[in-house]
Amino acid sequence: MVFCFGLAAGLDTWFQGWQGSRTSSADVLSVILGDGRRMFAQHFFLKADAYFHSGYYPTAFDNREAFQTPHMAADAGAVGEHNQGDETGFLGKPRDWIDKLSRRFYPAVHTHLDEGGAPGHAAELKDLGEGSEVREILPWLRLSVDLDPERVETYTVTAYWLRRRMGRVDEAETFLRDGLRANPNSYEILYELGRVCDENRHDPLRARNLWEAALSQWQKQQGDKPDADRFLFVEIISHLATLEKRQGDYEPALAHMELWKKYSPNPREVEKGIEELRQECRGAPGSGAATNGSPTRSGKTETHHRPEEAPQPSGNAGLPHVAAPETGALR
Amino acid sequence: MNNIRAVAGIVIKELYRRKDFYVLFILTILICLVMASVHIFNDAKIVRYLKEICLLLVWISSLVIAITTTARQIPGERENRTLFPLLAKPLTRTELLLGKFLGCWLACGLALLCFYTFFGLLAASREHHWPVINYLQAGGLHWLMLGVVIAATLLGSLVFAAPSSNATIAFVVVTGILLLGRHLNKVAVSLPEPRRSILYSLYYAIPHLELFDVRDLIIHDWPPIAWGVCGVVTLYAMAYATFFLIAACLVFRRRALN
Repeated sequence: MVFCFGLAAGLDTWFQGWQGSRTSSADVLSVILGDGRRMFAQHFFLKADAYFHSGYYPTAFDNREAFQTPHMAADAGAVGEHNQGDETGFLGKPRDWIDKLSRRFYPAVHTHLDEGGAPGHAAELKDLGEGSEVREILPWLRLSVDLDPERVETYTVTAYWLRRRMGRVDEAETFLRDGLRANPNSYEILYELGRVCDENRHDPLRARNLWEAALSQWQKQQGDKPDADRFLFVEIISHLATLEKRQGDYEPALAHMELWKKYSPNPREVEKGIEELRQECRGAPGSGAATNGSPTRSGKTETHHRPEEAPQPSGNAGLPHVAAPETGALR
Repeated sequence: MNNIRAVAGIVIKELYRRKDFYVLFILTILICLVMASVHIFNDAKIVRYLKEICLLLVWISSLVIAITTTARQIPGERENRTLFPLLAKPLTRTELLLGKFLGCWLACGLALLCFYTFFGLLAASREHHWPVINYLQAGGLHWLMLGVVIAATLLGSLVFAAPSSNATIAFVVVTGILLLGRHLNKVAVSLPEPRRSILYSLYYAIPHLELFDVRDLIIHDWPPIAWGVCGVVTLYAMAYATFFLIAACLVFRRRALN
């Protein structure tokens, strides 16, 4: 009896300090579901993709080759696409008369909400509109994030659709910042925030800072991995290159484009861009090619490590090490 | 026919005198209104998640009402000792059974009318349009499905010992068919013989209740189903309901009442 009492007292003290205790969380869902909530988060993320297709979605019994990457995520540019096969015909031919009859009673045609969805299909895509019906995926994305705040993809996908298709830039930025609070080192969220600043806020300085921070985080997390996330690397470096070019900082732009060409799936297109940029450099007098202390960046001189001056790549991926900028303060 | 109508009328009165329907209806309304009050990214036009939740609750509630109401009809008459007086009247066993079926089915129809009216109002409050034909088709097909379920449950009430076991088995079977019925043929194809044949036999034998579940078409605003196709599934439902009722009549005729 005394032993049991002592054991209980000791274990209780240990349990209160245990990191894995659910009682440390104020979130009801965390307490009830524990780590199982991550499974539900994945389910609701896929449910949002099912809504993106107006209900036309493969079940566990169907061929899912064409849906390995959720289409709403692939269209948002949040992840690289790994889909194969025919996305319009995963059902295949009807196997019997019951199967044939049943296809009249559930969605059996491939559509996307941003292209009109089911009514758009019914009207033979006459009126595509702006695809504001894509708002219907938001509740499930919201629920997915509530269940698993560490699922970064949900933040970036939601933010893309909010700002690009619904014009809700403020909500997108707030949502991304919530995601950054939950995932402070996420290069995906930093990259998406940079897109918000560049494409919607038209603030190239902040966009550059965010993308450089994203690149730095990518290097820390992915640089040494053999299966590094090259898709996001190419996205970040290509956006940086485009931004530098737009700002007239040709040397950093060229350096970024060389890296971009090296890892792009379409190196010829990038090579064309490099050639065009070189011609612009030659052609424009005082072209504003960036030197250290570029005045175009923020009105005050700052040093910027060019990629070619950075240390040699580490790790076996052969991917470059890009030094973090000295200034890159995130607001 | 008058006898059948009289028995049916009693069953309908029993529905609105009991609390089952009101509890489920109010619960559905409350849950849907709470879900509707959630603000998602300051967009008041998001509606499909609400339609899905509402329709799911409608389907669960209607199945609960249909199965629990039907499962206790004949056993209830036996336990209350009203079965003998009923059959002492010029009322045959077949008429009693058909009256019970008609009463349960009409009662479920009235319940569905209330549920779908609420659903229509809820959806219209956000969508600002009312696809009446779609909702009529959905409600009608749902009602037909419940007819098959009620007939099967009535047969079960004569076969199984207690209403509780009958209701449990009915819920499990109906849920299984709704979730897996469509996919049995896909699973069968990948199996070796003789399991493939067994599964295919099961696939063709079961009433495919999932045919009547058109929630995805309603939620995602697909156009209405062709009326000819609706006619075909109506005949399909009537065939299965008739089969179950004939089986129930045959069992009831041979069953000792005590």
